Amino acid sequence: MTAFTAVIARDLRLAWRAPADSATVIAFFVLAVVLFPFGVGPEPQILARIAVGIIWVTALLACLLSLERLFQLEAEDGSLELIVLSPAPLELLVFGKCVAHWLTTGLPLIAVSPLLALLLNLHVDGYAALLLALALGTPTLSLIGAIGAGLTLGTRRGGALLPLLVLPLYIPVLIFGVAAVEAAVAGLPTRPHLLLLGGLLALGLPLAPIATASALRQATA
Amino acid sequence: MNDFAGSGIACRRGERLVFANLDFHIAAGRLLTLVGPNGSGKSSLLRLMAALAEPEAGVITWSATPIADDPDAHRARLHYVGHLDAVKPILTVAENLRFHAALRGTAPDDGRLAAALDAFGLAPLADLPGRFLSQGQRRRTALARLLVSPAPLWLLDEPTLGLDADAQTRLAEILKRHLAAGGLAAVATHSPLGLGESTALELGRPR
Repeated sequence: MTAFTAVIARDLRLAWRAPADSATVIAFFVLAVVLFPFGVGPEPQILARIAVGIIWVTALLACLLSLERLFQLEAEDGSLELIVLSPAPLELLVFGKCVAHWLTTGLPLIAVSPLLALLLNLHVDGYAALLLALALGTPTLSLIGAIGAGLTLGTRRGGALLPLLVLPLYIPVLIFGVAAVEAAVAGLPTRPHLLLLGGLLALGLPLAPIATASALRQATA
Repeated sequence: MNDFAGSGIACRRGERLVFANLDFHIAAGRLLTLVGPNGSGKSSLLRLMAALAEPEAGVITWSATPIADDPDAHRARLHYVGHLDAVKPILTVAENLRFHAALRGTAPDDGRLAAALDAFGLAPLADLPGRFLSQGQRRRTALARLLVSPAPLWLLDEPTLGLDADAQTRLAEILKRHLAAGGLAAVATHSPLGLGESTALELGRPR
């Protein structure tokens, strides 16, 4: 447990002292969303119709942006070998890194999303569902992303390979994340979609750290 | 008594068989130095000893139990200092060491940390971020990990690289103390450690 909390505390401290990485992700999220009204036109009805989709797709891409560095820096400076050599289970330490990743990227994304929803004229009834869906969906993005980051570690074109590997796996989160908000706007129950998002998270919580840990063991062997 | 041994070990890196049919034995309180030309497999052997990689053939044992049977227990008993220093540029020297102690499951202990910093002459640098350290100071920080959490087996890859004469003497002293306390060490090195008697394993000989 000492090692688990130490990994989270260290990653948070690193993010706090060098906020540029997290700030880049948030800035990308905001800027990319703001581009849509320019591209699609300022028609409020059209924007309201596509608001959820834009926010979710942009959130996926923003999350991807930060994933490449998740294990890259650790591998370059030798910390990864020592993490693998820790007597604590590697799966637990990987989970710690996912928690820290979510706290430094997923959580800020959720925090700015209402502002962007406002900008895109999202229907009032959609806000609560959007926040809930993002809260359930973004941890899954971090967990799946960690698998991709682990697998592409040490490959020469890791940065280009990562989206190809991870984006297809993000599709279920995207589908149910968008469906939850659209159901809320249409006055339908959001519960089924949120439960499915919760199910994806429940699936990812144990499986992603196991897969990532074995990818990291391969990468350091 | 602890004892660390390997028999009939073969190591493959990609297509190349780095070495084969290699035996080693380290008794408690003993130092094994790994010598040999570049590319002879010193680092590869240390990585096998640390269970970072698995040997192509042969078995490595700790007190007659194969380390592959219980890799968690093996990781708990070893310190590995590789080529890379694992010093985060944004964290201070003390923070770096505290993290590595916690990573090995040791609760932060200020007394032990101060002793480790002192042993490598790092005490004045404790609050300096890693990015301001010279190469030798980063190396000292990496070596100070050996003292922030206890482990009977030390695996060191070229530990003297970048160290000045003073730090080399300090390292020799610390190694001597570790061995006197019944610890074991395997050190890959090109320069003599100044420890007097030690067993040398020569790699890269045609066999």
